[in-house]
Amino acid sequence: MYRYDEFDRRFLDERVAQFRGQVARRLAGQLSEDEFRPLRLMNGLYLQLHAYMLRVSIPYGTLSSAQLRGLAHVARRYDRGYGHFTTRQNIQYNWIKLAETPDLLADLAKVEMHGIQTSGNSFRNITTDPFAGVTAEEIEDPRPWCEIIRQWSILHPEFSFLPRKFKIAVSAATEHDRAAVKMHDLGLYIRRNAEGDVGFQVLIGGGLGRTPYLGLVLREFLPKRDLLAYLEAALRVYNQYGRRDNIFKARVKILVHSLGIEKMRAEVEAEFAAMSKDKLELPEAAVAAIRAQFSPPPYADAAGDDAILQRLTAAEPAFARWVKYNTHAHRQPGHAIVCISLKPPGKPPGDCSAAQMELIADLAEELSHAEIRVTHEQNLVLPHVRKAALYDLWRRLAAAGLASANIGLASDIIACPGLDYCGLATARSIPIAQVLGERLAAREEAIGKLAIKISGCINACGHHHVGHIGILGLDKNGEEFYQITIGGSDDEHAAIGAITGPAVAAKDVPEAVDKLIDTYIGLRQNGERFPETYRRVGMSPFKEALYAAR
Amino acid sequence: MAESVQKLVTGNRLRDGVPVYFAGGGKWSSAVSGALLVDPAAAEGLLAEAQKGEQPLPAVGMELIEAVREGSRIVPVTLREKIRAFGPTVSFGTVPHG
Repeated sequence: MYRYDEFDRRFLDERVAQFRGQVARRLAGQLSEDEFRPLRLMNGLYLQLHAYMLRVSIPYGTLSSAQLRGLAHVARRYDRGYGHFTTRQNIQYNWIKLAETPDLLADLAKVEMHGIQTSGNSFRNITTDPFAGVTAEEIEDPRPWCEIIRQWSILHPEFSFLPRKFKIAVSAATEHDRAAVKMHDLGLYIRRNAEGDVGFQVLIGGGLGRTPYLGLVLREFLPKRDLLAYLEAALRVYNQYGRRDNIFKARVKILVHSLGIEKMRAEVEAEFAAMSKDKLELPEAAVAAIRAQFSPPPYADAAGDDAILQRLTAAEPAFARWVKYNTHAHRQPGHAIVCISLKPPGKPPGDCSAAQMELIADLAEELSHAEIRVTHEQNLVLPHVRKAALYDLWRRLAAAGLASANIGLASDIIACPGLDYCGLATARSIPIAQVLGERLAAREEAIGKLAIKISGCINACGHHHVGHIGILGLDKNGEEFYQITIGGSDDEHAAIGAITGPAVAAKDVPEAVDKLIDTYIGLRQNGERFPETYRRVGMSPFKEALYAAR
Repeated sequence: MAESVQKLVTGNRLRDGVPVYFAGGGKWSSAVSGALLVDPAAAEGLLAEAQKGEQPLPAVGMELIEAVREGSRIVPVTLREKIRAFGPTVSFGTVPHG
């Protein structure tokens, strides 16, 4: 994985010193809150309901063991002993004190981490497939390209004050999209063209929030060498024409869908043709140097591991279930990609204690070449585990409450922090996720793959628009109500869910979800997943089940 | 028995972001029960008083919210403010929040 060079380290140390001075001036009354607020937000520091909240960037969701230990240290020393992994593959801390933030950022810098550009109208964390580099499904590892985009985009002077935030995702898997690429301001699929060359399909204008859209194809095939020049052209068009008069219409998706994709494409191509590309064209040597930092680890010969795993799964049904749902095929024989669920039913989705982080860091060091990934579903991944080590790993995870065998199932719920923490939320998310998780866990294997996603407000941090079942919390005259959507999907069959009808009271949500699931089970054919059944039969039977008897 | 809706001034403490409540006389309380409750007609005057003083003021994001007195307790009206005053309604592991 990418390691900081001397320039990176010096820059970050200087940035921490700069923020230390800003905090001191704020606490001394030399800076007003209006003056200080943009400075703290540029370092990822928000003010929420109960305290300051710090969001720490985890570039493309990749962590070393040392970094995860660093995050555990922050949780224990500066927070209340836990952190919350987010849908942007980042981590948030909910109980931060402003006066301690400079020391916190200095500690983070020691493990090459920071909160820069996790807030504000700038590029946010570049995200990717959490199985990048280890799945056999991909054309090549997308992380070097994420790193190249990160280096280009972070503190880019021309794009430091965009009309609104800008999110980019990259995926190289040909069959499965695990990075929700179509829901991003700009999405990149690494693809091979008819001549066999590898480049990018470029999408633009996706996003959730109050106006959800799927991204549209801006360029069918972009040669690799032109990546940064083309991104710069697209951002220039957005920077010039994006609205700044209305925050709700400022995202690039609004520009794309008001101009139309043809006009947007013409503008970007014209800018791209006119711009000087010399400084932005990517030299192969520079790309190779970054790619070298993502070289596969030295895998052991694991020829006998499949037989060992087969014997152990046959002997222990609980282990077999965990292997079935929480491990995935690895490109290296005898190895597996392991998902660690942060969704024990009844617990807040995505929360992880300092002790759990330290255990996972230890396990990664021992069993996964010291590497961890964060998924946008708020789970963690150990990307390089020998199959013969899975049983030992499972037992040690189970002892720490980390062996829920539910990846992709009904209790693997995405939920934003909601009104329990967030200053923007209009209703609570976590209690709904807790109730649903506990209620559905007993029958989730019979239900099959199901994505339930919950947001506590229209900003959609819980991705409710693309849940098979999406739940949006609303405030109706001081009461929490929940609008339910169905048929959404964030994968290669991306779709925005449709609203079922009037919102339901909080106490009625579990029964409503039960009815939707029962309707699906009654109607599904040939192993259909929920959105496939919905697309075939339409809204009517679900709507009838939900509202007919009310 | 709850009395009629009154108003108080709240904000977040500058140093650590903890919700605080204006108690009058330049004092702030981290407990909502320590807030000075006033009739709606006097609310703007209370806010102006809270915003006076040397920089930095102890709280940021000051605003008026509705609350009622229930016996010896002061209870904010909205769920959002109840959660600010009494903590999240969820726990992490065995550690209760709030």
